[in-house]
Amino acid sequence: MTYACTLGLHRHVFGDLKTVLAKASPARSGDMLAGVAAASEEERMAARMVLADLPLDRFLQEAVVPYEDDEVTRLILDGHDAAAFSPVAGLTVGEFRDWLLSDAADGASLQALAPGLTPEMVAAVSKLMRNQDLILVAAKCQVITRFRNTLGLPGRLAVRLQPNHPTDDPRGIAASMLDGLLYGVGDAVIGINPATDSLPAITTLLRLIDDFREQYAVPTQSCVLTHVTNTLRAIEKGAPVDLVFQSIGGTEAVNRSFGVSAALLDEARAAALALGRGSVGNNVMYFETGQGSALSANAHHGADQQTLEARAYGLARRYQPLLVNTVVGFIGPEYLYDGKQIIRAGLEDHFCGKLLGLPMGCDICYTNHAEADQDDMDTLLTLLGVAGINFIIGVPGADDIMLNYQSTSFHDALYLRKVLDRRRAPEFEDWLERMGIADFRGDLLPQGEQQALLALAATL
Amino acid sequence: MGKPAILTPDPWLRLQGLTRARVALGRAGVSLPTREVLRFGTAHAQARDAVHQALDVATLQADLADAGFTSLTVHSQAADRGMYLRRPDMGRRLAPGSLALLGEQGRRLWSPHPPLAVVLADGLSSLATARHGLPLLQALLPYFPDLPGLPVIIANQARVALGDEIGHALGAALVVVMIGERPGLSSPDSLGLYLTARPRPGLTDAERNCISNVRPEGLPYADAARKLAFLMAGAHRLGRTGVDLKDDSDAAPALTDSPYPGLASP
Repeated sequence: MTYACTLGLHRHVFGDLKTVLAKASPARSGDMLAGVAAASEEERMAARMVLADLPLDRFLQEAVVPYEDDEVTRLILDGHDAAAFSPVAGLTVGEFRDWLLSDAADGASLQALAPGLTPEMVAAVSKLMRNQDLILVAAKCQVITRFRNTLGLPGRLAVRLQPNHPTDDPRGIAASMLDGLLYGVGDAVIGINPATDSLPAITTLLRLIDDFREQYAVPTQSCVLTHVTNTLRAIEKGAPVDLVFQSIGGTEAVNRSFGVSAALLDEARAAALALGRGSVGNNVMYFETGQGSALSANAHHGADQQTLEARAYGLARRYQPLLVNTVVGFIGPEYLYDGKQIIRAGLEDHFCGKLLGLPMGCDICYTNHAEADQDDMDTLLTLLGVAGINFIIGVPGADDIMLNYQSTSFHDALYLRKVLDRRRAPEFEDWLERMGIADFRGDLLPQGEQQALLALAATL
Repeated sequence: MGKPAILTPDPWLRLQGLTRARVALGRAGVSLPTREVLRFGTAHAQARDAVHQALDVATLQADLADAGFTSLTVHSQAADRGMYLRRPDMGRRLAPGSLALLGEQGRRLWSPHPPLAVVLADGLSSLATARHGLPLLQALLPYFPDLPGLPVIIANQARVALGDEIGHALGAALVVVMIGERPGLSSPDSLGLYLTARPRPGLTDAERNCISNVRPEGLPYADAARKLAFLMAGAHRLGRTGVDLKDDSDAAPALTDSPYPGLASP
């Protein structure tokens, strides 16, 4: 099938579906690096016009990455729920955008629709949407997950406490962890990126958080973000593993470059479920993703990075994760060049993930070699807050001293709560009040000597 | 009369002694105090500057020679920093002249199948390479007394995977790339180490092992050398690097002087 459109005197022809998607995508450096971006602004609009007229079921007939070559494609197409798809089955991509914006699409109908959508359909419609459309539709989606607390309820915002330390020093990590808790952060997860893959070091960190959590009865979950094979070994050795973490991407080949497959993730999820450590639910997986990972591993199959990112969500939903985090600005300027591209990508990822039924969070972040700064992060933070993001990241002073990038701070989370009236996960909110850290409205209280966590801090 | 207190202080300042993370900052309402906004802005400005500073190759090469190491200098296909930032693919490939140089000079200087080649790469912080490259090589000497006879390659505008092509051109069994990591606000000079067995173009990151944050304030030279030597011994035993090779060095007994019979004589 050929795809074509005439604009003025020029006829634009696109060889296949993945080319239409790539050329319709808003401009970004990664697609230029891959050589798949539109060559001109007019070509980009021509691709969007073609895309708008395509029936949604075209995406069930033509794969962006070949079915025979790629297990992610097979999972997406074999797992497609035709009954769930039926309400929008007759629509074009352009009509689908209109429908999503209409009152017919509400929380319940979007939740029912999710298994009927493929990542490619969702990526396609996002390319026809402005930032405000991405926000409006995402804000209608609700995705609730549970382990030791309840995440994603309306009017709520959770934060991952990320107390990283460049040498995994337990006292250094404990210092950042206490700072975060005293700022009311940590309901999404207390999650450490370890500096090494060493199993003894990973086990030490898991015990550090778990002992603390048990002693103070904190209604949250812990995670050490190491490769899934390390987590499996930690489980075998009896370490207290709450969540299984893994970075994933949108093609079999990028996942191979990460050293994972669907079967390995199946095994890891089963191992974590068998531990039975969740108290209010059994969402045991934590995934991280980010546009550009497939190209970075030379595993992109000529598709654009935003479509491939959505396909990573197609893989993620198989595992009913507690958290999915798009680490949007971490990968660097060769994929997302500046603040404008990072902001757009963050909104796209959140929208696509939510529409596919995932508990989306975002690491609103940038590196020092990107053309971005704190003002850009404030903008994305505010927009994602309005869009109803499930969780963001909390790092002391926004400066991750282990991963060497800037994320969001504990103060940033307080800002968002204040301007948008977003509360914490209910179980965690109650704990903060019992501990005298926050009052019944969720506002931080001034701290003094009676604070139990300060007594603990004095012993570090 | 003093002014009324505006800021809410955090009465856990002692935590600042346990980490370089920005803890106990206090707050103005819920927001950062002015002094921290300025401190952060200054660190960001310095990190931005570090990204764009070029590696002083002449000084590094002279220091290596003084310490008894023989080195060659190569360039990737990225001609300048702007191209390096936008085109990582070019940072992973050797410039044609550099490939030829390794073929001709490399053969003259070193044995045709060295057990190890070391690449000192600028990466995103030449400051890290300039400061920590040589001290780390010296910290490795107790594990590899023959290191001065092995290839050391200084690489400009280089990404990690450039080591694959360099190692392949030299016929090395293992390549370790010591590369400037992207600067953080608190660490403009962090060095990363990437170990790859049987280096050749086309490998993925799952086939490497990484040790990060090497610098005196992060992972000190001696500890980094111990971890690297442990991984190299494992790579030698397994015949490969990557996710199958685990860093259990923290649980391993102290290493003796020459546990690497296969690597000891080039």
